[in-house]
Amino acid sequence: MTRGIIGYGVHVPYYRLQRSAIGAALGTGGGKGTRAVASYDEDATSMSVEAARAALRSFDAPIPAAIYFTSSTPPYLDKTNANAVHAALNYPSDVLAVDMVGSVRSTTGAVTAALHDRRPILVTAADVRTGRPGSSDEAQLGDAGAAVMIGSDDDAPVIAEWIGSASATHEFLDRWRAPGWNYSRVWEERFGESVYKLLVAEAATKAFKDTERSAADVDKVVVSGLHARSVRSAAGAAGVGAAPTAEDLTPTIGMTGNAHSLVALANVLDTAQPHETIMLVTLADGCDVSIFRTTDAITDYTSANPVTAQIADGNDGLDYATFLSWRGFLDREPPRRPDPVPPAGPPSERNVAWKFALVGSRDRSTGAVHLPPQRVSVKGGAVDDMEMVPMAEIEATVATYTIDRLAYSPSPPTIAVVIDFDGGGRFTSELTDADPDEVHIGLRVRMTFRNTLTADGVQNYFWKATPIR
Amino acid sequence: MGSRGIKDQVAIVGMGCTEFGEHFDRSIDDMIIEAAHAAYDSAGIAQDDVDAFWFGTLGSGTSGLTISKPLKIDYKPVTRVENMCATGSEAFRNAAYAVASGAFDVVVALGAEKLKDNGMSGLVGAQLPDDGTKTNITAPASFSLLAPAYGEKYGVDRHTMKEVMTRIAWKNHFNGARNPRAQFQKEVSTETICNAPLIAGDLGIFDCSGVSDGAAAAVLVRAEDAHKYCDNPLYVKALAFTSGPGAGPLDPDYDYTTFVEVARCAQDAYEQAGVADPRTEIAMAEVHDCFTPTELVLMEDLQFSKRGEGWEDVLAGTFDLDGELPINPDGGLKSFGHPIGASGLRMLFECWLQLRKEAPPERQILSVDKGKTLGMTHNLGGRPGECVSFAAIVGSELG
Repeated sequence: MTRGIIGYGVHVPYYRLQRSAIGAALGTGGGKGTRAVASYDEDATSMSVEAARAALRSFDAPIPAAIYFTSSTPPYLDKTNANAVHAALNYPSDVLAVDMVGSVRSTTGAVTAALHDRRPILVTAADVRTGRPGSSDEAQLGDAGAAVMIGSDDDAPVIAEWIGSASATHEFLDRWRAPGWNYSRVWEERFGESVYKLLVAEAATKAFKDTERSAADVDKVVVSGLHARSVRSAAGAAGVGAAPTAEDLTPTIGMTGNAHSLVALANVLDTAQPHETIMLVTLADGCDVSIFRTTDAITDYTSANPVTAQIADGNDGLDYATFLSWRGFLDREPPRRPDPVPPAGPPSERNVAWKFALVGSRDRSTGAVHLPPQRVSVKGGAVDDMEMVPMAEIEATVATYTIDRLAYSPSPPTIAVVIDFDGGGRFTSELTDADPDEVHIGLRVRMTFRNTLTADGVQNYFWKATPIR
Repeated sequence: MGSRGIKDQVAIVGMGCTEFGEHFDRSIDDMIIEAAHAAYDSAGIAQDDVDAFWFGTLGSGTSGLTISKPLKIDYKPVTRVENMCATGSEAFRNAAYAVASGAFDVVVALGAEKLKDNGMSGLVGAQLPDDGTKTNITAPASFSLLAPAYGEKYGVDRHTMKEVMTRIAWKNHFNGARNPRAQFQKEVSTETICNAPLIAGDLGIFDCSGVSDGAAAAVLVRAEDAHKYCDNPLYVKALAFTSGPGAGPLDPDYDYTTFVEVARCAQDAYEQAGVADPRTEIAMAEVHDCFTPTELVLMEDLQFSKRGEGWEDVLAGTFDLDGELPINPDGGLKSFGHPIGASGLRMLFECWLQLRKEAPPERQILSVDKGKTLGMTHNLGGRPGECVSFAAIVGSELG
């Protein structure tokens, strides 16, 4: 049975930091181009949800047997991050949700496990990459989420068939981060390059041998890895230097850690023709090579939010001080207001469909939609005659709004909007990824999954509105 | 069905009201003692003459002990009530019903709030454990939602809306400048109001009521007993209260240009009191001007202005101290701040002064000389679309 990629989606955050802003502030560092920046209310989990939603909007997706969440910057330890993704996608409880976190190679692990399975599997990969002010990591890395659903033809049409994979593993000290650090350390890069070069050659050779393919069969090479120098020389080391190399994306969004191999692959798939052989080379504590071949089905696959469009839609007006404060490197004075309170466990559990999947209730007799769900209808007062109605994918219009300059926010001011959903339902929501000046009555918005605050280590996930651009 | 009201059954025979302000030198106990004894003295009674107490505070204490301990009340019933920003009025309303029921002869309604001990900006509400899905915007932000919606509905441009809001703040500060109990006793120029730093939406600092400490109290008896205590009592004409389904945040039919709760509550009050044309029959009203757009919308919900015309009436000076219908002649929440438990009784205190012509000459309203005998107090608690509303009408004459 044909197995491979049946769907994919990407979330590139709205904001970009111009690398020149770093040099302007610090007198050193920076460079050219931009990096993608997760907003203050985004994290690896929220970006995984957004990427998965982009995927699920793109094809008629099956309910997966499992979700594998991968990240080097998981919002939680000891608590499974994949559960929030599972809840946000409103999946049934018999879907397994597990994390594979801690290093960039986890993404390869999750995809490999999914490819070797026989059931549909959703893999998410997201990172919020940080580096100390002035470091190369700060400037060259970026934030993004990606999701890929692996399956077989009876799940959904396979758009990129998995031909085979090979790996080369070797213990060496190149990049590390102790738990709790908000930056990584790296060894001198020429040492890493000397090791990666051999690993790339080894993995590529084995992949070609196992799949009975050769370098001449490869139509496109997608290389990613945090070791930039080795990434640049990888195609040559793999013996496919003659094949077209996929766009690296680092100049515009930065190297996005766990997400990057899938973001770059998605970018290739967005414009791929049938019967293209794509070689995915990932450098992370070893080298992993996977070979895919696009099928006829890819012509019928329409990415709901192509990578190039998301890159083009970015806002590069983010100032460096705001970037630093979002990432916790600049400790700014809060307003003279109470500290935020974390959500409580029992009500969050009781209301899990509402809180995580934005499921409201619709009065069967009058059609009135209630957000949050109500038992007694606001129209007519019918009691317990409601059906659940998912609202996350429905667009809405601003009825009135305010800019709250007094409320606590990690990035003041808070923009609040009263929104009326197409087809019924009203909610008072925060508006995110927006400038106060662009809010007006009649503004069209869509919903986005966010981390609204962190208190006592609890991540408060909920939905916000964002302008449709 | 419907509310029958207790028109002319209960009289107010004494009142006390502290100065409102940042009383860093006074505790909640100090203010309770000051307001209670001022009310006793006003009615010519001793504390032991009081048969029962109703006490309102939002958060400066719980239970009747909050006042019985500092006042050393001699084992009498004390009921503590809370109904958001209408808390002080709620103490008054229930005290009046206790008298009307015949259960007690002399009852005291007392409200007090200590806000300035917490070191925060603005009001801070207690938050119950929840699922973290409420959009926690501040009170000024909630009420600022009214301004763009009102402007959009009635074609009033943003600049004019700001002018209307500024005019309301200017008027209330003008009145407060003539009140020695107010937190702010200074006139403020329209330029200063208009150019103040923004807090929420188009609301600047001067569009928001202050934060203060205060207490106020009233002594209530049956109407037929009133003249035992007082030559010129006030009579309770109407007491109305509404708490609704909170439909506004749920229902797209709600347009953020009205408080449905207030409109319903006001209509009930007018029916109880037999008021047919509020704008011409009411001598004065103390309304809940927590933020300037609130007062604008209230002018329409309380039937003082026609729908969509409140803004023009504001600009025409209709509600000024010397206007057709003075609103907040004491300076309102704008000049007094809003110690929640005390505010409703502070409003009643202004009716007590004005309708009995005991207000200082510089702010005594002229409408009472034209034979108008009715005063109104109004509170709302919550936010647009989901609030509680209180309205009372009191008068200096029976019948």
